[in-house]
Amino acid sequence: MTINLTRRGFASLSLATFALATASLLAPRAKAAGKADVKIDNFAFAPETLTIASGTTVTWTNRDDIPHSIVESSGLFHSQAFDTNGSYSYTFEKAGTYDYICGLHPHMMGKIIVKS
Amino acid sequence: MAKHDHEDGGIDRRHALECMIWAGTGVLWTLSGGIPKSVGLVGEAIAAEATGFSFLQISDSHIGFSKPQNPNALGTLQEAIGKVKSIKQRPAFMIHTGDITHLSKANEFDDANQVISEARLDVRYVPGEHDIIDEGRGKAYLDRYGKGSKGDGWYSFDDHGVHFVGLVNVVDLKGGGLGNLGEAQLAWLADDLRGKPDSMPIVVFAHIPLWVVYQEWGWGTQDGTRALELLKRFGSVTVLNGHIHQIIQKVEGNMTFHTALSTAFPQPAPGTAPSPGPMLVPAEKLRGVLGLSSVKIEQGKKQLAIIDSTLAG
Repeated sequence: MTINLTRRGFASLSLATFALATASLLAPRAKAAGKADVKIDNFAFAPETLTIASGTTVTWTNRDDIPHSIVESSGLFHSQAFDTNGSYSYTFEKAGTYDYICGLHPHMMGKIIVKS
Repeated sequence: MAKHDHEDGGIDRRHALECMIWAGTGVLWTLSGGIPKSVGLVGEAIAAEATGFSFLQISDSHIGFSKPQNPNALGTLQEAIGKVKSIKQRPAFMIHTGDITHLSKANEFDDANQVISEARLDVRYVPGEHDIIDEGRGKAYLDRYGKGSKGDGWYSFDDHGVHFVGLVNVVDLKGGGLGNLGEAQLAWLADDLRGKPDSMPIVVFAHIPLWVVYQEWGWGTQDGTRALELLKRFGSVTVLNGHIHQIIQKVEGNMTFHTALSTAFPQPAPGTAPSPGPMLVPAEKLRGVLGLSSVKIEQGKKQLAIIDSTLAG
């Protein structure tokens, strides 16, 4: 009995995991409106591409020993530089794809995809 | 001590530049008209009654930086300036190749100025990316250092028959990642060099290396080759940069490229760390990392020798 239950439990968990993985591979699920985070570690944005629902506020937090800034490619926003443990937030109202870089280290690139 | 020899395409005798580097303190360049001569190690240079023309380079003082990699960047700048003051033969002037401050704050600029002014030398600056992150995105820098400059702060001047060009490659950076000169500055440079004889020695200085040192970390200038094209016809071109907090040097034809050390903290060699962030060395070894170097270019031998020795040693 116990073994069977465990097996069933394991099987359904695997299925759920598989379904979730497949879903996120095929179509990144928009997060519920609210808050989302991007961490900056070792001169890189994580996640590099973030998919959110419109109205979501994204907060970038700097965990490096050097200041960074967030500059949106089309000029929509341009943060001040923020140093270690500093952060910057922006609320994305309109659907679309937003590319951004660090204004000090432009080899650092990221993308925010906003779903309506 | 480490010695690196580079094969060289040949440097015209008249235009030979001799250079001495102080790792962590500055770079002393000597231009000897006619006969290049060895100036030896820094200690000897301080003692020697050198003739001819010399200037200093300091870089990346990052005033305001106080993290464990160097809790006192102002203190190490003070030590560097102390070394400058001990040179018997007065350099003609000093260049600072950017990142004067860490966060472009008024008090950081004030502190840097106060210490650097103790050298009692004219100082010519170009900005680093850390110097233009004030609210006005470079206004604070230009208000202080931009007098007589064009655009975002570029300019040129002549001294002892050498044409010096200060370029700005830290403004309006584009995704993908390198330094940027931009069309306006390149047009100005073409115009600035027009009419200058090929025999005139040229010294170009800017914050980010004008050539690509390491693409993955953005250590280069995307339109730098266009500037170098304009400089190709000159018999002697010396390109001095900072930004990467370590000495990297190469010679290509008539062009010598050189990056200076920081007075604040070291950065890792290209690709040797997960990121180019400040490199932590044990406190007692910091000045060892910021050692001394001398560089000389000897006509005839067609090679360029770099001799490094540490401040601690």
